[in-house]
Amino acid sequence: MTGGLQGPRPEERPRPAGRRNSQGFRIDPEVEATHDPRRTVISALVKHEPGVLAEASGLFSRRQFNIESLTVGPTEDESQARITMVVEEPDPGIDQIKKQLRKLIPVISVRELASDAMCRELALVKVTADDPAAVAAVADMYDAKTVDSSPETATFEITGARQKIEAAIETFSQFGIREVSRTGTTALARGTDVTGEPLTATESATEHPPEGYTADDD
Amino acid sequence: MSERATPVTQPDEQSTATDDSEASADTGHRPVTTGAEAVVRALENAGVEYAFGVQGGAIMPVYDALYDSDIRHVTMAHEQGASHAADAYGIVSGEPGVCLATSGPGATNLVTGLADADMDSDPMIALTGQVPTAFVGNDAFQETDTTGVTTPVTKNNTFSSDPDRVGSDVSEAFALAREGRPGPTLVDLPKDITNAETDREPDEPKTPDTYHVQERADEEIVEAAAERIENAERPVMLLGGGVIKGEASEACREFAIEHEIPVITTMPGTGAFPEDHELSLEGAGMHGTGYANMAITLCDTLIGVGTRFDDRLTGGIDSFAPDAEVIHVDIDPAEISKNIYADYPLVGDAATVVSQLADAVESSPQAKKWRAQCQQWKTEYPMDYETPEDEPLKPEFVVEAVDEATSDRAIVTTGVGQHQMWAWQYWTYTEPRTWVSSHGLGTMGYGLPAAIGARLAADDDQEVICFDGDGSFLMTIQGLSVAVRENMDITFVVLNNEYVGMVRQWQDAFFEGRHSASEYSWCPEFDKLAEAFGANGFRIDDYDEVADVIEAALEYDGPSVIDAHIDPHANVYPMVPSGGDNGQFALTEDQL
Ligand SMILES: Cc1ncc(C[n+]2csc(CCOP(=O)(O)OP(=O)(O)O)c2C)c(N)n1
Ligand SMILES: [Mg+2]
Repeated sequence: MTGGLQGPRPEERPRPAGRRNSQGFRIDPEVEATHDPRRTVISALVKHEPGVLAEASGLFSRRQFNIESLTVGPTEDESQARITMVVEEPDPGIDQIKKQLRKLIPVISVRELASDAMCRELALVKVTADDPAAVAAVADMYDAKTVDSSPETATFEITGARQKIEAAIETFSQFGIREVSRTGTTALARGTDVTGEPLTATESATEHPPEGYTADDD
Repeated sequence: MSERATPVTQPDEQSTATDDSEASADTGHRPVTTGAEAVVRALENAGVEYAFGVQGGAIMPVYDALYDSDIRHVTMAHEQGASHAADAYGIVSGEPGVCLATSGPGATNLVTGLADADMDSDPMIALTGQVPTAFVGNDAFQETDTTGVTTPVTKNNTFSSDPDRVGSDVSEAFALAREGRPGPTLVDLPKDITNAETDREPDEPKTPDTYHVQERADEEIVEAAAERIENAERPVMLLGGGVIKGEASEACREFAIEHEIPVITTMPGTGAFPEDHELSLEGAGMHGTGYANMAITLCDTLIGVGTRFDDRLTGGIDSFAPDAEVIHVDIDPAEISKNIYADYPLVGDAATVVSQLADAVESSPQAKKWRAQCQQWKTEYPMDYETPEDEPLKPEFVVEAVDEATSDRAIVTTGVGQHQMWAWQYWTYTEPRTWVSSHGLGTMGYGLPAAIGARLAADDDQEVICFDGDGSFLMTIQGLSVAVRENMDITFVVLNNEYVGMVRQWQDAFFEGRHSASEYSWCPEFDKLAEAFGANGFRIDDYDEVADVIEAALEYDGPSVIDAHIDPHANVYPMVPSGGDNGQFALTEDQL
């Protein structure tokens, strides 16, 4: 082989003192610093037009964002839809999700909801109803509504936060679960707090939070 | 094909037609009567001068409307070429390049160029024909889900579904391609929509109301960053492609010179700062100079402007500028802290934010020692090479010889591989928009069609040189017919090593020299092939032929191809292997 250049060899060169972690943060070389993933709810107000959901979900798979659930539905304004995502990522990942979503042209606004946001999910749980009384008692415990019953099965509708749904399914499982269908979490911010900034003429990029903030500031 | 082109009027007949009383008062154009005419009107309103494309069934209505337009359509030999030509036109002119293709294979042939433009944030707009709306979803002849296929590789795309809106869809796509962080946009045009009657003139090019661009950075962070710069002991400016796209080269140049801060450019940032200036350390990263890689590794303050800290630049993240506080200026908030955490995140337009910084910095950093160190690295790690007469031709020599024979404003385009790196390393770039290459996607075959786009965007007195590899040249060589037909003054220099050399270099370094599928001695003789196309063909084997051939090729008013047979074993150095430590760059193979 030919080619090659003159100069001090790698081991003869001065080296920096520090290093960075895999997320690009400067870290103390002595300590292994990583960011732990956390679960949070991100709500995006989008234009109600074809392809928006495909674009958003394509973004998540392409960038390998860890999405636990994603729901979409109409809002008070028929030209807009709301996408609610439960994600589990370290802070830099959450930051990226929000920023990448904001770049999609049909996306009007994106925010991470506070931890006290109202989060609800609906589940349909179909169980074997060999012991109707016992099944009914469990349904009562979780405020579950009977939607359908047959000689062999009973199907309940349960709404609530994710934990409640999971607890209910867990308890129902003693009867034998036939099928479960869950909607995924939908959410709104509490009180006068606004979930999604609607489109206004004065809205500008300053709506975007300053960079370098942590997602918890939202 | 089932339908025939509508008979069309000749351009000169049409010019009398525009004198009609029918001409619309403000534009001097004939009024719009169809969707296709609205599409073309939108391009005209946006000031489009050239469009690159290939005809086909679903796009025929648009071509028919183009026939009456002053826009010059350049028929390409392949849609991929159309996309790269449009991309390069966008790089050199700063205005979105336009490409057209029919549905199905025409549209899929554009995908490489769209992905390339998307990676490099080049302004470009693609118009694709689509089967009539009623057939969409039925797997009709030449139907492809073009918006589906191109969503991940465009800044935005639109399926036009309303003849009254189709012109405005194109206007909007044009505005989106250009504003904020530029990128490729696509409008999919079903044939029934372009054929439909409409008298709706397109709206002015305007981005949608959901699109926001922040121009100025947060003043508090600017102040903090300025203080950091004032106190820096080892500052470096890192200028990326965003500096050129944001027309911030001048502002960065002034800032660096005023405060005597050494400057590194990323590969897309090449030309943002004159490489012959003493503050220039040229490019860093995988094949950057030793001095740039030393400086970027050991700096304590890194001012990155319009760069996305791509992995070819950073090498391994753990060892990238690990002692540096990072000031990151970018118009795209998502680039901030994506790869490298920004201690001072400055979202905004590059030129605006650099002038904010210039206003805020009150005293220059005390970095005399650091500058001396950078100069010393320049002497320690020179980019020298030897040219023994009895050995095969060195590629570096050819690059430098062409540089010497051309003006400072000459434009260089490249394919992808070793030749691209030599063209980057050994040419002295002093002006923005003179380096036109495929960075993020690394598309072999980019160079030839890019030279066609660059030629049309360049001033007449700017030479256009394409340095290509034998493998890359072969990938899009059909475009040579276009350069011949249009008698374009372009000099193609094939640095012919009879290998896909970059692969061969990696095989030697990392695969025990097993040359699996990398040997290319089967390529045609490019000088003869050039002659067959109607271009001027030359061949160089020896040093003593170099100067004369280059002179003759440059003198020729039309396309020339120089098939320069170089040392087949020449390698590119310095080299930082993928994910490696920039400061530990290899100068020879045994250091890898
Ligand atoms: C379209 C495409 N296919 C494959 C590659 C992988 N690749 C990268 S560099 C290279 C070698 C290019 O050979 P050539 O154009 O002769 O340039 P050289 O390295 O020899 O100068 C190849 C095959 C690529 N970058 N692009
Ligand atoms: Mg080669």
